[in-house]
Amino acid sequence: MLEIAGLRAGYGTVEILRGVDLVVGKGEIVALLGSNGAGKSTLNNTVCGLYRPFGGAVQFDGRNIADAASMSIVQAGLIQVPEGRRVFPNLSVRDNLELGSYRRGKPARRHNLDRVIGIFPRLGERLQQAAGTLSGGEQQMLAIGRGLMGEPKLLILDEPSLGLSPVLVEEMFALIRRLNGDGLSILLVEQNVMQSLAIAHRAYVLENGQIALSGPAADLAQHPDLRRSYLGQ
Amino acid sequence: MLDPGILFAGVLNGLLAGGVYVLVAVGLTLIYGVLHIINFAHGSLLMLAMYAVFFLWRLTGVDPYAALPIVIGGAFVFGYILYRLVIGRLSHGRDENILLITLGVSIVIDNVALLIFGGDTQTIETPYASSFVELGAALLPLPKIISFVASLLLCIVLGLFLARSDTGKAIRAVARERQGARLVGIDVDNIFALSYGIGIACLGAAACLLMPTYYVTPSSGHAFVLVAFTIVVLGGMGSFAGAAVGGLVIGVIESLGGLLLGEQLGQIGISVVFILILLLKPSGLFGARQ
Ligand SMILES: Nc1ncnc2c1ncn2[C@@H]1O[C@H](COP(=O)(O)OP(=O)(O)O)[C@@H](O)[C@H]1O
Ligand SMILES: [Mg+2]
Repeated sequence: MLEIAGLRAGYGTVEILRGVDLVVGKGEIVALLGSNGAGKSTLNNTVCGLYRPFGGAVQFDGRNIADAASMSIVQAGLIQVPEGRRVFPNLSVRDNLELGSYRRGKPARRHNLDRVIGIFPRLGERLQQAAGTLSGGEQQMLAIGRGLMGEPKLLILDEPSLGLSPVLVEEMFALIRRLNGDGLSILLVEQNVMQSLAIAHRAYVLENGQIALSGPAADLAQHPDLRRSYLGQ
Repeated sequence: MLDPGILFAGVLNGLLAGGVYVLVAVGLTLIYGVLHIINFAHGSLLMLAMYAVFFLWRLTGVDPYAALPIVIGGAFVFGYILYRLVIGRLSHGRDENILLITLGVSIVIDNVALLIFGGDTQTIETPYASSFVELGAALLPLPKIISFVASLLLCIVLGLFLARSDTGKAIRAVARERQGARLVGIDVDNIFALSYGIGIACLGAAACLLMPTYYVTPSSGHAFVLVAFTIVVLGGMGSFAGAAVGGLVIGVIESLGGLLLGEQLGQIGISVVFILILLLKPSGLFGARQ
């Protein structure tokens, strides 16, 4: 579904990603792990067309999207729920959700809106409220709901558990598993290592702009390097 | 003390004049809200639109009110293309560059206008220019009533467009969250150009509504923009509702200032308001949300 090969990217002349290979297959949850500043968000944003890559190949659904504009990448069904939510604070919850189908999924907007409200009843109770006045957890739901409104083939979630209470984090991971159960392919970018490995099929560990480890999630969970770096064991 | 009848007439006249101010200010505040810059070319583009109305009338005999759809459409296309070809391209996506480029555009337009049109004052003669409507103690010029009603209608249409349509929502989304907008597939550069075009279309409408009672010279845009800028600051930078309310308030202040201090000094009221807002509530009446 998504195939990244030798991706180099960064800002201005500073190279952050130094040759990254990563694959997400249809129906998979793939976790992309790594500490703060490793380059995870740079990877997402480059793949989604917010920044031009310096080099390398990005294929989505059999199509080269390395130099495509963000809108045509959304059109193709690759949708990102960004770090920090980036909802539209001045628009109502309903308008935020409707704009999720601005480029894609517009014909089924009503149906998808009902579906998203079914997943997040709290959003349904707040449809007229300005998104900027929602709590952090509600904004995260809204960002995911907005992403789902575009009928993604592959959903990239960038640190969805960031800033949530432990109970909400549990709910978030359960939700991700449920969405995947309904057939959605997911690239889950997280610092929450063990919980991510528990629901992912495969995982990659990004360090200093390169993939340091990769493999089936169950294997990585046992990997001594990973346990040492992230769990201090 | 002033006679209540005169005061009443002054307030009404001020409200009527405020209608066109609202249009000019709404265009300015929309461009500010989305692009985060003061459009320094606003006055020059208003002046160009006024010349367009003048020449349409002079060369083809089209009445300024009948010219509304043509001039609004033409101004939109002109603004859109100006953004696409000049402002957007030269700014390389940096807000502070856009500011300087609009200033440059304004200087170029003013001087080209002076070169081509000369410095003479041009006016339009219409049969209804000196018609009045009596309302209680007030005698109101018909063209001002028309311009007030048309301005408000156009603002309502624009407000509904921004509130209801997908493109309008996208404009409001881009105003506050550009990255989020890109991630739902909004063509942000196109929204910039559209917003600029709509802001200039407001000037096109204002030009049609002004010309029956006003004159045009290459420098006549600037007076309006100073007023419009005060309105935008009063209402809150980027606030649509603020521009609407602020426009009417400023119209009344100018009119009453003229009554109390004489025509020449009426504008002092506006400057005083401007300074008071900056001192007391810099975010403006509707700007607290920012
Ligand atoms: N917009 C930007 N401009 C310049 N440097 C950036 C920008 N965003 C991130 N960086 C830098 O790129 C590196 C990787 O950041 P990021 O991709 O956000 O990491 P992660 O998401 O893994 O925490 C960091 O050193 C960060 O400072
Ligand atoms: Mg990040």
